[in-house]
Amino acid sequence: MCGIVGLYLKNEALQPRLGELFQPMLLSMGDRGPDSAGFAIYGDDVGHERLKYTLQAEDPATDWAGIAEALQAHLGEPVEWFRNATAAVFKTGTDADAVRGWLRDNAPGVHLMSVGHSIEILKGVGHPRLVAERFGLQGMQGTHIIGHTRMATESAVNMEGSHPFSTGHDLCLVHNGSLSNHNRLRTQLQRAGLRFETDNDTEVAAAYLTWRMAEGDSLTAALERAVDDLDGFYTFTVGTRNGFAVLRDPIACKPAVMAETADYVAMASEYRALTTLPGIQNARVWEPAPKRVYVWEGGPLTSQETGT
Amino acid sequence: MKTISLAEHSVREVNQLLHDQARELTEPHWRITDHDGRHALACGLDQAIAVDIDGHAGYYCAGMNQQATVNVHGTVGVGVAENMMSGRVHVHGNASQSAGATAHGGLLVIDGDAAARCGISMKGVDIVVGGSVGHMSAFMGQAGRLVVCGDAGEALGDSLYEARLYVRGSVESLGADCIEKEMRDEHWAELRELLAQAGFEADPADFRRYGSARQLYNFHVDNADGG
Repeated sequence: MCGIVGLYLKNEALQPRLGELFQPMLLSMGDRGPDSAGFAIYGDDVGHERLKYTLQAEDPATDWAGIAEALQAHLGEPVEWFRNATAAVFKTGTDADAVRGWLRDNAPGVHLMSVGHSIEILKGVGHPRLVAERFGLQGMQGTHIIGHTRMATESAVNMEGSHPFSTGHDLCLVHNGSLSNHNRLRTQLQRAGLRFETDNDTEVAAAYLTWRMAEGDSLTAALERAVDDLDGFYTFTVGTRNGFAVLRDPIACKPAVMAETADYVAMASEYRALTTLPGIQNARVWEPAPKRVYVWEGGPLTSQETGT
Repeated sequence: MKTISLAEHSVREVNQLLHDQARELTEPHWRITDHDGRHALACGLDQAIAVDIDGHAGYYCAGMNQQATVNVHGTVGVGVAENMMSGRVHVHGNASQSAGATAHGGLLVIDGDAAARCGISMKGVDIVVGGSVGHMSAFMGQAGRLVVCGDAGEALGDSLYEARLYVRGSVESLGADCIEKEMRDEHWAELRELLAQAGFEADPADFRRYGSARQLYNFHVDNADGG
């Protein structure tokens, strides 16, 4: 079943309240996905000179300070870091391959959730309420956020199989549905140099978008092409460093509802996830059309809706 | 009028209060508030009562309705007025997919757009949509009328039996065995009547009629490849 939710702020004044506005949205979709939950929050941008690496380790005794210190010595540049429950965010240089390789060889049990200038992905097994509380979602700030509550169908209930999936810098995706050509597509994308952490179908969709955008497609163009190349049923919500997008497959049997005001754009699997948003009574509320790419990007008040 | 807040009652309790009106009519006009988009509001009614629902509602709103008049002051989720038998359901906003699915009778009015599969397997209901409908609308429709003041999406009326479809705007494509048909006097008359019942000011002369070519009723070997 699964539930997906997303919130993109157009009004900068709401940014300090992003977590507070989003937490009830995620929790309300607990009925659709009680197995695990996760969210990708965008904010606290570190600029072009550095990247943020969001890490997670199931062992609560993980020595994050020791890992950060050793990584700093290896890279020869400062690693600024903070811990959030079972996760840690490291801010350091832009050589992601060096960081990834060092972590793999020197920090067993540490998983790299996301890499980017702005994105932080936090996810885990358990009811959405537990996951939100574990990471303190309520108090978080940022520009936009997407989340997922999972009822597993295609792969195991574990942290690795939880959404969102990120395969490229700042790009991530949540998915309600299932893809039927993900094995073949994964093989093709691996040949193109994409890396996969799991056998999950949604990770393939994320990798597909990463590949298209690396090839020069805009977010809109990549999603338009996805309609032809992804087989299966899906409602996707996608986040990029400064963008937010929604796409449904041509049959559109997975639900989606959107709402827009001057202050925000929101999407959810069900309208009841949107009822606590400010001004929702007077928002434009509609069901996104199949095959149609909805994109907002570029920062406050420059949103656009792009039809195919 | 009796107002019930879903901040104080469960959906089950509210629906039970409305169902109790079938045994003894004590209150003809109800208003439901604070429902936060919950599903299955005002379902299974069987009495000539009026129910106003404040704000956007969830899935399967006013399903299986008999006799009652339900007004939703907002949008609705999947399957509004599903399997309605009689009465009237009026959505003062947009509707999600499968609006009026399998409904046998009554009138469903949607002021805004209806998404995919509007009137799927309709069995006698009348549906009047002020805006447009999505793909596969009136799929396998068996009886009743669907009036669309805007446009229709792909595969309108696919595998249609006997429902009559009227569309004012464009039709992206017709489904298997659905064809455009001539507008005769009785069609102008029924369309005018339906638009009047829905409260829409549209000129029947702007509409086209679609219906079944009746080529798929029985097995025909020429259709064996799918068609």
